[in-house]
Amino acid sequence: MTECRMLDISDLHVSVDGTEVLRDINLRIGQGETHVLMGPNGSGKSTLLKAIMGFGGYRITAGSITFKGDDITHIPIHERAHLGIGMMFQHPPTISGLKLGKLLVATSHMSEDAIEALAQLVNMEKFLARDINVGFSGGEIKRSEVLQLMVQRPDFVMLDEPESGVDLENMSLMGKEIAGLLEKDVHIINRRRSGLIITHTGYILDYLEADQGHVMIGGQIRCHGNPREILRVIKEKGYGECLRCKQI
Amino acid sequence: MEHLSQEDRERLALTGLEVGMQNRCGSFFQIDQRVVQTTCGAEGIEMLPIKVALEKYDWMEDYYWNAVPRDADKYTQYVAKQETPQGLVVIAHPGAKVAMPLQACLFLREEPVQHVHNIFIAREDSEIHIISGCASSWQKERGAHIGVTEIYVGKDAKVTSTMIHNWNPGISVFPRSATIVEEGGIFLSNYVCMQPVKQVTMYPTARLIGKNAVARFSSIVVATPGSLLDLGSRTILAAEYTSTELITRAITTGGVAISRGHILGEKENTRGHIECKGLILKDGTIHAIPEIEGTLTGTELSHEAAVGKIARHEIEYLMARGLSEEEATATIIRGFLDVKISGLPAVLQRQIDAAIDEAESGF
Repeated sequence: MTECRMLDISDLHVSVDGTEVLRDINLRIGQGETHVLMGPNGSGKSTLLKAIMGFGGYRITAGSITFKGDDITHIPIHERAHLGIGMMFQHPPTISGLKLGKLLVATSHMSEDAIEALAQLVNMEKFLARDINVGFSGGEIKRSEVLQLMVQRPDFVMLDEPESGVDLENMSLMGKEIAGLLEKDVHIINRRRSGLIITHTGYILDYLEADQGHVMIGGQIRCHGNPREILRVIKEKGYGECLRCKQI
Repeated sequence: MEHLSQEDRERLALTGLEVGMQNRCGSFFQIDQRVVQTTCGAEGIEMLPIKVALEKYDWMEDYYWNAVPRDADKYTQYVAKQETPQGLVVIAHPGAKVAMPLQACLFLREEPVQHVHNIFIAREDSEIHIISGCASSWQKERGAHIGVTEIYVGKDAKVTSTMIHNWNPGISVFPRSATIVEEGGIFLSNYVCMQPVKQVTMYPTARLIGKNAVARFSSIVVATPGSLLDLGSRTILAAEYTSTELITRAITTGGVAISRGHILGEKENTRGHIECKGLILKDGTIHAIPEIEGTLTGTELSHEAAVGKIARHEIEYLMARGLSEEEATATIIRGFLDVKISGLPAVLQRQIDAAIDEAESGF
């Protein structure tokens, strides 16, 4: 399964406003694999996702990002999206006048009916005629993000704290669809889609299995391992333990 | 119409003129100072050249230079001193309601100055939608258009006035409009100017004199390089339970857009709101000057104004969904200009959308 590489990050350094935020990042995610990224607030997790997506303001000063064999370190955001990278935003912008349904039509080749059918799965059909994220609740924003990914169908899905601000009922609804995005219903041998999920609580792991966990502290990935085990140690001993122990 | 060149027909079509009248129930067409068409097939509605209307009805005198004073400024004085008034009178007789718009087309082709005096009268419980398309010939380099418009919205009547401009970079335009709205009347004014013009200055006023009267002004404008758009709208809440909204979306691609607004709340239980959003796409000026003036405790007035560029994170958000930077920018601009106007017939909304789409390709 891991013979086919989805994402390969080598010795990556990223600066924001002239300050180095990420150092020596090495991360390999194989086809069909789901990884979780944990770490204290401000450790650089979201920065890594944004650097992979290619946002301006996240300057890559050294290292490279390879996606499905292509070096994407310096290509524009939309080309990365076309190659198959998708991202669920933690704090997406509101865009007044732009209807959610219109954006979904513009960014896909799907019919309005097909989009509406997908929207129903996440209880978003009534929001298709609304301006994107304008007046949406926390849970509605997350469901809108999941719907956009369901339409986009990326090979590699990045989720930035999918649980935050979501009640249990919504979490269950979203967890199921996120598992679908990652082809958790497909036999492991045939699974093609991969994911990288930032989580603080690990609640998302109630809905899907993750293959690997990583802990980021101070802009560096300090350890790799079984995600549930890492989560248990963090819950019991806090991130201080990760500082003391470089290998769990 | 056969006298018009293909280029001019296309320019007029952009202002909403339906040559074949498919979606119109009446039409008035004035080229320079010559009325070339007046036709109306709707029951209870009359469209007449102003000269004819003044001769036909004695009571027209009550409406002629009433909402707009003759001596308001040098432009109204210029129109008032003309021996032969030109322009359109629309009369919706009591109870007459038409959902299909009436079109008024004012076309500046050869003369240096076009002057127009329009009067729209909606009597009790009537409803009319008027689309005024104003344009200049594609080869007209210089000129001026001075248009006085007086609108009277009777008790429980509704008037929608949608004006779409399509001038040339050398044309100066001075609309002078005022509206009086009686009890329960609704006045919706929409203005769209997306094409280059030398200058447009106007400050239409709605005076709500009857209980529960409503006025809503919406403006969607683009100031292209060399254009000066000095636009405003004013509502005087002169009766109890009246309300108003003044909404502007202004874009500059190098020109100057001044967005004025004034609401005067002078009676109990009145409400008003001004909203101006400006987008600076290329260095130019957007100057929002909202004024809200209340004279007693029972009035609630508010305003919000914002001027800036397109936020980078909005563009990048759409790019993450696969749109190129240009597509993302155009999508955001289209959304910015998307002011859905409640109570507007779909055919008029489509006309406004078409004017926006046409301009958008130039951003």
